[in-house]
Amino acid sequence: MNEQLANSLRNQPDEHGKFGIHGGRFVAETLMPLILQVETAWKESKSDPDFAAEMEYYRKHYIGRPSPLFFAKRLTEYFGGAKLYMKRDELNHTGAHKINNVLGQALLAKRMGKTKIIAETGAGQHGVASATACALFGMECEVFMGAEDVERQKPNVERMRLLGAKVHPVTSGAGTLKDAMNEALRYWVTNAETHFYIIGTAAGPHPYPAMVRDFQSIIGIEAKAQLHEAEGRLPDAIVACIGGGSNALGLFHPFLDDKDVAIYGVEAAGHGIETGEHAASLNGGKPGILHGNRTYLLQDDDGQIKDAYSISAGLDYPGIGPEHSWLHEIGRVNYVSATDQEALEYFALCSRLEGIIPALEPAHAIAFIATMIGDMDKDQIVVMNMCGRGDKDLGAVLPILEKQGKL
Amino acid sequence: MALDRIQACFSACQTDNRAALGIFISAGDPDLTTSTELLLGLPDASADFVELGMPFSDPMADGPVIQAASLRAIKAGITMDKVLDMASQFRAKHADVPLILMGYFNPIYIYGVERFLNAATAAGVDGLIMVDLPPEEDNELCVQATDKGLAFIRLVTPTTDAKRIPVVVEKASGFIYYVSITGITGSGRASADSIASAMAHIRNFTDLPTVVGFGIKHPDHVRAAGAHADGVVVGSAVVSVIADNLSDDGIAAPDTVEKAFAVIRELNTGTPRI
Repeated sequence: MNEQLANSLRNQPDEHGKFGIHGGRFVAETLMPLILQVETAWKESKSDPDFAAEMEYYRKHYIGRPSPLFFAKRLTEYFGGAKLYMKRDELNHTGAHKINNVLGQALLAKRMGKTKIIAETGAGQHGVASATACALFGMECEVFMGAEDVERQKPNVERMRLLGAKVHPVTSGAGTLKDAMNEALRYWVTNAETHFYIIGTAAGPHPYPAMVRDFQSIIGIEAKAQLHEAEGRLPDAIVACIGGGSNALGLFHPFLDDKDVAIYGVEAAGHGIETGEHAASLNGGKPGILHGNRTYLLQDDDGQIKDAYSISAGLDYPGIGPEHSWLHEIGRVNYVSATDQEALEYFALCSRLEGIIPALEPAHAIAFIATMIGDMDKDQIVVMNMCGRGDKDLGAVLPILEKQGKL
Repeated sequence: MALDRIQACFSACQTDNRAALGIFISAGDPDLTTSTELLLGLPDASADFVELGMPFSDPMADGPVIQAASLRAIKAGITMDKVLDMASQFRAKHADVPLILMGYFNPIYIYGVERFLNAATAAGVDGLIMVDLPPEEDNELCVQATDKGLAFIRLVTPTTDAKRIPVVVEKASGFIYYVSITGITGSGRASADSIASAMAHIRNFTDLPTVVGFGIKHPDHVRAAGAHADGVVVGSAVVSVIADNLSDDGIAAPDTVEKAFAVIRELNTGTPRI
């Protein structure tokens, strides 16, 4: 390791797109020239003040950034420990953090002269964000979504259609996010010359994991400045849920070198990791190669990828972004988990105590916080990323809460 | 030696003034017995070389036909050990016919690269085609496989521009596999003209034989592509025969293998080179 890397955890990946052994460019030759073009355009855009100004303009006037950092007073009182702050990325236009990344990639596509966009989506949030950006910039949008998810997330499918996107239900495999990503990649292989693929999470072949992280890092940059203004110091812990892990990296990355900040990533434990029905790649998987990168994957002894399971369609993915795999191996981030049932409980509690209906995804983060924040001192501070709003989940959640007598 | 076997195959076909016919099947599809019978009979059904697919749950460059074949094989219990055992049986029966394993990297990575290469070499495998290992990832498998004397066959595609072809062919051995369409297996079809110009272009950069695959289904496709290439590969059209002869509960009809052989014989009617 050279000296610069030894001094900072924020200089990854290396020139081959590797985070330790993770990451890389494991794609078909058809896509390689395209991926190299994306990398070149992304590098150029980073040093272009016009690109930065354009990003800034749309962040402020279209997404509505900066998103607030909110002191969750009633939850803090309920837990009886450290102060809980929420980074309100659910207030972004389209209702989740996804738009931060989509806007960046759509502007990059525009810069490369591409007018046709491909996206995969699980819960539909990335699909909606992509459809939105395409409407904004007058681009064609093709969204690949597992047929199972099309059923689970009807309102988002209708939003995409209204925004002018074409939604392709994917029936191969289990019909969830993994299969949607396979099909999006196949479509890209077939339309490589004309289309730009906007990947929704910090995974896939280099440069996507680093590029998506950079576009999402606005979350952590703002949170750091906002907490400094409110409390005059760094948080003691930061927490975010993880599917592919883009909202988490967005929050974590600006804090990686702040050694006194404990960092927790919360994976979806589904019915419980011991049941085998979960989406916890780090806690229940091992390294392998899928969708263009090496990372921790849920797989069997023959290297066949297993279907993930979570009540949350946004966490229902058998892999995780490669930078998380590296942060896990070097021990900088603690990767923990929360079950469906735990997430449901805090979905309801957060709604009642704060008047904020969280998406099922960040409800996992609150569920983990509930296990540790009470043991912290009252002058300590925890910041969590409220990365999406829960309106999309009401259809799935309300019947369960009703049955459990929690409504 | 693996490379000698491949070279001898292409030389013999060249002497006959025809393109070599390569047949792809998915190992273990729809079950191990049927698949092994099919594999062992391919040379007698006029295949000049064989590509044996190592099934993967998420084949991102494959169309619906080979996706379904991979899933059938996995469901029927195929494993890497069984794939390698099929390869051994093939080599025991056919001393001279090149056998190439084709697939995605994860099953090999999980099996262990060195363990895999030792087993593949011992089984008499001649080469590897890895869909998701571009030259940028040569240190994962290409270098080690080449050291063991296995051919590492590279894919060149319509998006591989003149600047990149030298990078792609640099460490290639055995032959060059030209993916004739920008797309997944079993889809579309390239024109004879585009294949001719691509072949001529690739030959500026390498002396290796050039083989055309993806989207080649019918005898006239084989003839058209084979007129300009050293070899032609057919996959989905053969795998489709299996899919078309399955009962509702997924059992292969007794004459499935014979039907597949008949399709292959029709494909290889002797393609005169231009």
